[in-house]
Amino acid sequence: MDWSAWLQSFAGGALIGLAASLLLIMNGRVAGVSGIVGALLAPIRGRVDSVRFENAAFVLGLPAGVLAFFLVFGEWPEARIEASWPVLAIGGVLVGFGTRLGSGCTSGHGVCGLARFSRRSLAAVGTFFAVAVITVFVMEHIL
Amino acid sequence: MRRVRALAALAVGALFGFGLAIGGMLDPAVIRGFLDLAGAFDPRLGFVFAGALVISAAGYAFSRRMLRPALAETFAIPTKERIDAPLIAGASLFGLGWGMVGLCPGPAVAALALGLPPVVVFVACMLLGMAAHDFMRRRSVAEPLSA
Repeated sequence: MDWSAWLQSFAGGALIGLAASLLLIMNGRVAGVSGIVGALLAPIRGRVDSVRFENAAFVLGLPAGVLAFFLVFGEWPEARIEASWPVLAIGGVLVGFGTRLGSGCTSGHGVCGLARFSRRSLAAVGTFFAVAVITVFVMEHIL
Repeated sequence: MRRVRALAALAVGALFGFGLAIGGMLDPAVIRGFLDLAGAFDPRLGFVFAGALVISAAGYAFSRRMLRPALAETFAIPTKERIDAPLIAGASLFGLGWGMVGLCPGPAVAALALGLPPVVVFVACMLLGMAAHDFMRRRSVAEPLSA
């Protein structure tokens, strides 16, 4: 892999950081995807508040950004999924349950939490990276 | 103002999704390649994280000098400091699922645009896991505190 792929990744990350910064500076909100998606799942009581509109708009924006990528570059980004159906299903439930129990995921704890030097986020990021590395090692090199 | 905020959230979400796509983060093979330290290590996730953290840290530093956000009354930022058992248990379960599949919530939702059945199944199961957690918590909180 050459340096241009690394530079492209760094630029993609910078755009993610810019998005997180703008959500904070404009709306005063943390760009944590699991928190935002999870809040949308809460039952609606009475009239729909403005935070729910903001959350729904942000979530719609994510795939819209991928569509924008297609319009700009003329091709869809690559997505090579090797997981079998049962692994996909179990992994999905674990990611959903775990991010709600642990109050965040790669965006909320990783990008936003670390950027404001939160101790909790540092502990969460260290934990999920360590467990994910061990999981991949066991699946790819032992099983 | 609520319409402006929703429009801002839509634009910011799109920028986030565009950045994920540029960084190769929609590709589970890239994510698992980074996590596979003993295999053909792919450094791209590290570069994405570095880029995101530099800009995000600058954004947070800037926000601390603002009295209030540009479009809202107050900042809504988590204030909890204590590292507790749910945090570590939740992060562990998430790490397990993330390592198994190579998708986390942001890229998974963004990748819905690709219309791939495996992504749809993953996101549906993720929503199920989130709903299961929130349902259990509502029950456990509502019972002892309702008296």
